[in-house]
Parts: sequence; C-alpha cells; structure tokens
Amino acid sequence: MTEFLQQLINGVSVGSMYALIALGYTLVYGVLRFINFAHSDVFMVGAFAGMYLGRNLGQASVGGGLLVMLGAMAICAVLGMLIERFAYRPLRDRSKLSVLITAIGMSLFLENAGQLVFGPNPQPFPTTFPSRNFELGLVVVSSKDLVVFGVAVVLLAALQLLVLKTRIGTAMRATAFNPQAAALMGININHVISFTFGLGSALAAAGGILWAYKFPKIDPLMGIAPGLTAFVAAVLGGIGNIPGAALGGLLIGIIETFVKGSRWSTWSEAIAFILLIIILMFRPAGLLGETQPEKV
Amino acid sequence: MVIGGRFEAGAAELLICMKRLSYLSLPMLLAVLAAGFSGCKPSAEETAADAQIIKVGEFASLTGSEASFGQSSHDGTLLAVEDINNAGGVLGKKLQLITEDDQSKDGESATAVKKLISRDKVVAILGEVASIRSIEAAQICQQYKVPQISPSSTNPKVTQTGDYIFRVCFIDPFQGTVMAQFAAKTLKAKKVALLTDVGSTYSVGLADFFKAGFIAGGGEIVAEQKFTKDDKDFKAQLTAVKTANPDAIFIPAYYGQVTLIALQARELGITVPLFGGDGWEAPELTEGPGAAEALEGCYFSTHFSPEQDSPKIKQFVAAYQKRFGSVPDAMGALGYDSVLALVDAIKRAGSSDSDKIRDALATVKNLEGVTGITTLDTNRDAQKPAVILEIKGGKFVYKETVNP
Repeated sequence: MTEFLQQLINGVSVGSMYALIALGYTLVYGVLRFINFAHSDVFMVGAFAGMYLGRNLGQASVGGGLLVMLGAMAICAVLGMLIERFAYRPLRDRSKLSVLITAIGMSLFLENAGQLVFGPNPQPFPTTFPSRNFELGLVVVSSKDLVVFGVAVVLLAALQLLVLKTRIGTAMRATAFNPQAAALMGININHVISFTFGLGSALAAAGGILWAYKFPKIDPLMGIAPGLTAFVAAVLGGIGNIPGAALGGLLIGIIETFVKGSRWSTWSEAIAFILLIIILMFRPAGLLGETQPEKV
Repeated sequence: MVIGGRFEAGAAELLICMKRLSYLSLPMLLAVLAAGFSGCKPSAEETAADAQIIKVGEFASLTGSEASFGQSSHDGTLLAVEDINNAGGVLGKKLQLITEDDQSKDGESATAVKKLISRDKVVAILGEVASIRSIEAAQICQQYKVPQISPSSTNPKVTQTGDYIFRVCFIDPFQGTVMAQFAAKTLKAKKVALLTDVGSTYSVGLADFFKAGFIAGGGEIVAEQKFTKDDKDFKAQLTAVKTANPDAIFIPAYYGQVTLIALQARELGITVPLFGGDGWEAPELTEGPGAAEALEGCYFSTHFSPEQDSPKIKQFVAAYQKRFGSVPDAMGALGYDSVLALVDAIKRAGSSDSDKIRDALATVKNLEGVTGITTLDTNRDAQKPAVILEIKGGKFVYKETVNP
C-alpha cells in the first residue's frame, strides 16, 4: 500500500509536467489546427534560460525561483512569437503540410543551434527553489513534487480563466472558431495568434524550468523525449482541449510510473502508446475531445 | 535528428578536398573528376610526407552524454602521442593522431571508424570507452582488417568480435567479481538491489557478472530494476527498490544517469550506499546542486587512481596536469596506455603494416604503463588490478587495490 501511494505521488509529479507541456501543444492546435513540433525545443530553451538566470541567483528561495521562472517564461514567450512571425506566418495561407514541415525544421534548427550555443554536453542546473523532504508516515513527498504540482495547477487554472473570461481569451476562441469571420468582426488575428504562441511558449518555459529543477542535468536534446510523451498526452486528452491536456498528462505520467516500478519497466512507453491506441479506437477525439464549444 | 556534427565533418572534408584539388594539375584534375570523385588523390609531395608519418585513428565521445569519458580518453591518448613524437617517434616516423567524434551516439562510431579507415587510411584504430560503441566499431575494424585497441571498454564481447580487436583494460567478469566481494566484505551487505540500463551492453554485462559473483558468495539480490538511456525519472524504479529494503544498491551505469539516480534515491529517503563500476568515473558525477551530498560514502571500481604510490604514476600525473591543467582519471590513463601498446607493437613488428601490427599486438607482454603491467592474453584482453574509490565531499578518494 505504501508503495502504491508512493508511486501515485511519483506519477502525479511527472504527470503534471507532461500536462504543462501538453497545454502548449493543445493551445496552438486549438487556435491554428496545427502541431507545433518546435514546442519541445522551446521547452529546452526555457530550461537553459533558467540555468543562466539561476546562476546569478545566490541562495535558493521561493521568490528567487519564481523570478527565474518568470524570466525564462518571458524569454521564451518572445522566442515563440518570433518563431511564429518569421517561420509560420508567411506560410499561414499555404497547405497545412508546409507549416508542419516548417515546424519540424524549426525543431531541428533549435536543437542544433542549442548544441552550438549551449554546448552539446549535459550541464548541471542550479538550485532555484529550495528543496527538502516531507515524510508522511512511510511515504516521502519531496518539495520538488509539491512545487511541480502546485505550479502546474496554478498555471492550468490561470490559463482556463484567461481563455474563458478575458477579452483576449474570447478573441482566441473566436479566431479558433472561424478566423475569417473573426477578422471581419474587427479582431486582429495576427495579434491573437502571436499572443497564443507567446502564451504556449511561456508554458513550455515553465515546464522546462520545473523539469530541470526535478532532473538537474540539462542538454540541448532534453526536449525530445518529454515533448513526444506530452504530445501523446495532448492527443489522449483530446487535442485542443485544455482540461483534456491536463488529464492526458496526469494519466500518462501515472501509467508510466506504475509500469516502470513493475517488472515490465522497459515496456513503460509501449504500454502508454497501446493505451492511447485503445482509447482513440473508442473515442477518436480523445478523452475530453467532444466538448466543441470549449475549444480555445 | 541531429545533423550538426555530421554536417561540420562533411564540410571540413569538402574543404580539404578543395584545397588539395588546387595543388593538382589540370590533367590530373580531369582524371580525378573522371574517377567520379572516388576520393581526393594525394599529390606527390603529400605522398612523400606520408612516408614520414604513421596515421593512427581515434574515435571518442568528445561531446554528448558521455563527453567526459571521450575527453579524458582523448587527452590521455594525445599526451602519449606527443610524448612518443618528442622522443623521436616510432621507426623514425612521427605518429599522426586523427580523431573523430561520435557524439556519444550509438551508431555514429561505425560511421566514424569507416571514415578513418577509408578516407584517412589509418594503420590502427584507438577507441572507445562505452562498450556498445566499441563493439560497433570493432565489426568494421575486423571487416577491414585494421587492428583496434579499446582503451577502456570492459564488456567481454568487445574483443570477442574478432582477432583484430584488443583492449588494454580488465574485463567485466573480473570487475563484477571484485565489486561482489567488496559488497560482501567491506559494505557487509547481504541483500543488494540492482539497477541496470538495459540499452547498454556494458551495464547489462556488468550487472550479470556482479549478480553471479554476489550470489556465489552467499548474497541475495532482492530487487532488479531496469531503465533506458533517455530516462530522467527513476523514482518509480527506486520506489520498488526501497520496498525490497536492500543493504546497498549496485548501479552499473554511466555517470550522467548515476547522478540523477542518487539524487532521486535520497529524495525518496533511501540512505543505503550506492556503488558501481568504472562508468561512474567523471568529475561531472558530483557536479550540480546536492549531487556531492547524495553520493557521499558511495563507492565505485575503476582502473587507476592518481593517488596511487608509484613513480610512474606520479610522473604521468605531473605531465598530464602540465599539459591539460587537470588531474587524469582512469580513462585518461588507459588512453595513454593504449598508445603505448600500439607503439610497442609497431616497434616489434618493425613495420606500420596493419596485419603485422595485429600479429605483434597479440604478443604484447609485460609492458609497463600507467595502469599497471599490460600482458594481452589469448582473448586479446589485459589482466590488471582494479582500484576502488570512495566518494568523499565530492572527490574520489583511493580506497583499495584488488589484484586479479
């Protein structure tokens, strides 16, 4: 029972990071109907931005950690907007395939530029948030798990509020619903799309910082594996759907952890993918994919 | 998905080709073009220069996840080549070391070695640290009949690839037994848990040999957990290990993952010592927040310690420090010794012909190096003492030497 609870905590912790990355995929897909493959590499840039900012931060503290995270989020938001402006916008009226290939190209570009700029070798990530362990009976909860879970929940709630309750959120939903009609109604869709990319990239940066805080060795290819898993999580939950991405991330994280802790540990990814196929067979739009009006 | 390294190498190759082309006269140029760029033909001067050098190829993980291994090994190799050349070279010729980076990627080493053999026409190949990449390269070297000396790959399969493949370090059946005895005697462990990287030939092999040795000594393996190279999250496996309540945890893996495993083990409240093999030895092991504390009082076996009391080692450490500004580790020392073995073979063969070097390598005997005496046995492996180091305050402290 103790082991079960401990694995559940482990699973929720890694799952909430998948959820955070999945949000970025889902957000861009919801508005533009395309998969931003460069998202996992913006995640990596976020971690490196955090590393450089964090080095100048002496003592680990909650305030300092948040500061580093906000800094990295701002840097990545700008990066995301630039990527959209120069790589995706010129191709917006072309076929979806051109944009998709551009996204893959952008992903490769960031990975290789990362190796050139940051160096290809894994580097230690400085302490940003303080860490300690809390023992609850036989179960151990690390402050890392709490920070990761807390930040993910706060960002998820903030995003949901932003999309459903604010003017820009309404504009995003309108653009997602019908870009031409939205433009006719006086919405500057370039601004809206730019904002969406900035927001998605900021979330990727937050994910990158949390990932690096939990697994403090970062390298320019660190985004590939979690990016793929998070993408699967977004599809599992219903891509384009915010609570769906969160649910998908948590589910994948928990399943992965339980499989890894069993004797079939090397099958963890295979089992997650088999589950995805089974769920998509019965619910082709993903777990929460049917609620059309809630799409961002 | 990464094309950076390859592209650079490709571009460099093209540049060299173009440079050389400018030396050629027009008819020769046409001849080369007619040959369909089958390769850049060296000019007459270059062939004359070639007669004065012996080309030795090296492939190493200079970048990527095992960069520390590749860098140390390369530095040691380079130092040895410089020492030999400063002392007048071999057979009156200088050694030229041509190095390729395999980026710590499985699959890249075969490409690197093919390049060294077909483009650079090296007489012998030195490399690598990681067993899986040495084995890949060994298949190519065996096919082209170019002798390969692995400085520090310990998996038995490396030299089993063929009779052109050698190594100057001990093998994992020995290392596994050493650590099994160490666990039983020094750590007084009765129950040990294993954590293995299933994608690594080295890790799987060492885990098996350890297990056999530990069970033979009356110990019990209470948990066996697995992970793969790209894993960052080990908490699931460690939670299962914790439930089994071992006295110590054996982790035959490479340093990059060991750090993360140690950090996460301490987060889960696992306080027992962790121990492993020579894959741990890199300064990066204890770098980063909390890493040194997490690994305090842990042990690993390796080939060499700069603290060992021997004039040969002291001299090597001083020379290495002067050249590179850092203290050599086992990979550096073995890189050095791999060159000594090659030079010894070339001298005794009296030729830089690959086949003759191979025959001479097979009879390397009582060759004194910095990691002890090298004598290659019928399996083309060396038998050398193992050194056990303890991690104290983030540093590796000499604990004991175990002779074969």
